[in-house]
Amino acid sequence: MVPPVQRHLVLGLIVLWLLPTAPLGLAADDGFILVQSTTSTQNSGLFDHILPKFTQSTGIEVRVVAVGTGQALKNARNGDGDVVLVHSKADEEKFVADGWGLKRHDVMYNDFAIVGPASDPAGIAGLKDADQALKKIAEVEAPFASRGDNSGTHKAELRLWKRTKVDPTKASGDWYLETGSGMGATLNTAVGKHAYTLTDRGTWLGFANKRNFKVLVEGDPQLFNQYGVTLVNPAKHPRVRTEKGQAFVDWLTGVEGQKAISNFKIDGQQLFTPNARPGA
Amino acid sequence: MSDFIDAFRTAIGLIVTLNPDLVEILVLSIKVSLTAVAVASILGFGIGGALAVYRFPGRGVLAAILSALMGLPPVVAGLVIYLLLSNVGPLGVLQLLYTPTAMIIAQVLLVTPIIGALTRQACQDLLEEYDEQLRSLGASPSAIVVTLLWDGRYRLITAVLAGFGRAIAEVGAVMIVGGNIDHVTRTMTTAIALETSKGNIALALALGIVLLTIAFAVNTALIWVQRLANRLAYA
Amino acid sequence: MLDPVSKLQGIGDRFAGLPLPIQLEGLTYERGGKRVIDGIDLVIDSRLVTVIMGPNGAGKSVLLRLLHGLIAPTAGKIMWAGRPLDRLLARRQAMVFQRPVLLRRSAAANVSHALSLRGIKRRERTMRVAEALRLAGLKEHAATPARVLSGGEQQRLCLARALSLEPDVLFLDEPTSSLDPASALVIERLLLDAQRRGIKVILVTHDVGQARRLAEDVVFLNHGRAIEHQDSESFFANPLSESARAFLRGGLVL
Repeated sequence: MVPPVQRHLVLGLIVLWLLPTAPLGLAADDGFILVQSTTSTQNSGLFDHILPKFTQSTGIEVRVVAVGTGQALKNARNGDGDVVLVHSKADEEKFVADGWGLKRHDVMYNDFAIVGPASDPAGIAGLKDADQALKKIAEVEAPFASRGDNSGTHKAELRLWKRTKVDPTKASGDWYLETGSGMGATLNTAVGKHAYTLTDRGTWLGFANKRNFKVLVEGDPQLFNQYGVTLVNPAKHPRVRTEKGQAFVDWLTGVEGQKAISNFKIDGQQLFTPNARPGA
Repeated sequence: MSDFIDAFRTAIGLIVTLNPDLVEILVLSIKVSLTAVAVASILGFGIGGALAVYRFPGRGVLAAILSALMGLPPVVAGLVIYLLLSNVGPLGVLQLLYTPTAMIIAQVLLVTPIIGALTRQACQDLLEEYDEQLRSLGASPSAIVVTLLWDGRYRLITAVLAGFGRAIAEVGAVMIVGGNIDHVTRTMTTAIALETSKGNIALALALGIVLLTIAFAVNTALIWVQRLANRLAYA
Repeated sequence: MLDPVSKLQGIGDRFAGLPLPIQLEGLTYERGGKRVIDGIDLVIDSRLVTVIMGPNGAGKSVLLRLLHGLIAPTAGKIMWAGRPLDRLLARRQAMVFQRPVLLRRSAAANVSHALSLRGIKRRERTMRVAEALRLAGLKEHAATPARVLSGGEQQRLCLARALSLEPDVLFLDEPTSSLDPASALVIERLLLDAQRRGIKVILVTHDVGQARRLAEDVVFLNHGRAIEHQDSESFFANPLSESARAFLRGGLVL
């Protein structure tokens, strides 16, 4: 059928083709680290800005898997990552306490805000009290889109609801819409359904589908959004790229990383405020 | 509406300037799906041919399972492969998670049942005509499989193209096992998902248009192949 | 003009090795509760062309398939020179079916494929393919897709393919029933030539004229039983059974 020469040529081409896509390296020195992080940090564009600087400085490539905080921590628990960079302090501290992470460091902060349609049916614009705003939304049963995915943002939202003593999940599917998705997808849903939602500042500023939505409630200290970075514990997962991972943690919490974070601006506005404390 | 117009303009702009990001994810998408389809074809032809020709207990059940797996949701396939390749999974030592190889594996899982089931059907149809003659000629079951596969080559090409269509268009599997990592495992479909989540609707649509163009090209090839087959009375 | 004399094997060297006699003992085949072959006892030891005749539904095709080993009997046995049909014996048989069965490849490739199944090496295959095509009068159609050929050409190709395998026994199941007379003539010439070169030809036909032309040994089947077995001269001149008489007269045989 097919003459031998042609057959070997085709086989050779196939092998050449497959080579680049088959990294069967057994950890250790493959030149990169894997960071499990959140959709909010990715969608904001922060990583596109700061990671190249790290790579330039250290030669280490950083691969980011951006999922919700809950999933990021779960993946890290499985050892499917070297570093976690998320924004749910309580969960991160539990992660370390359970032995999965080595040490948690503060990295940067920004804030959450409640955004909604310009029409503002619940009349919450300008309120200084976030949980009061949520209470009003629940009272008029205005549509509200929740992350519903155990992410840092979701946890923050739930903390606010707790203070209102209202349980919105009773109205799940009604006016309380749990998207189970990342921040961007949830914002799309909110905009599409004229629903309020709680968002982090970073994603919001980078979001390109705002339509007539505005920030309605901000500045409440409860809306403080702290990001932390943790190296996955090599004692639990020997294949963790400890050296390189630690290099990243050090850089991020060190002078260079912190400066890169503060340099990151969209339309002149700084998205994250670095707040790593040396030795912490 | 303006999103659509913007999308078309953006799409054309990206294509004409051969935008390097677009080219990168396009090449990766095609590489991953093409490789997956190649592997799935070898597996599918073998499984399908064997199921049609060999008689053994449980044959019917296996054939039914194969057909059912054609409808395997991509996200489920992704989940299964993730569990296998995760560091705490049985194949964690291979360190394949979040690589293009993992994506290929997941798509092989998705595409093999399609090619396998369609191959089985094709071989079964051919066997009706050829069974007695091939046995008269003294062909062993494996020789019969090979004969049927070659004889049914045009139907098999159709199956392969169908498999490719499924692979290039899915997002669930590659998202979970690939992680949508920039410059590493970002494909057309995961890029579309990402841009949508960033609210860049026009860009997402533009990428979608490029993807559709490829799907269209694949289907055109399919029709062309079938016409050729008919012309040569090989259909 | 077509030259049926084949160079495929030497004259006479085959006769000695034929697996004769063929002995059928209590051969029975049931399908769907019905006895399609109903206890046949038969001995075929003629080296000449054996024709199996009978009305439709008599079981002729089924008998042929039992002899060729394509189906297994429900009861009884078939012995070839005292041996049952094993792989070795089966490889020395070939069959041509009522409708030509050809693969989706060229005429030459079809013959080549059959030969490769037998393990014939490439050089020998090339020779035999060329000879087969010449025999069938299809030399100029070597590269033509086999399924594009006419019905007559296809059946000639099938017969040539079977002959290229150099079988001891050649079965044919109504090979010319759907062919034009010219093609039928070519087929019949090839069959006679094959027999002359020492191949045992067993032919099923319901065409009385064809049987008269080709047969030297006749088995008459009806309702799954071998009603008569005579040399053809005697059979056509003086059929012993009423059903055979009715059949030869051209009437319907019940």
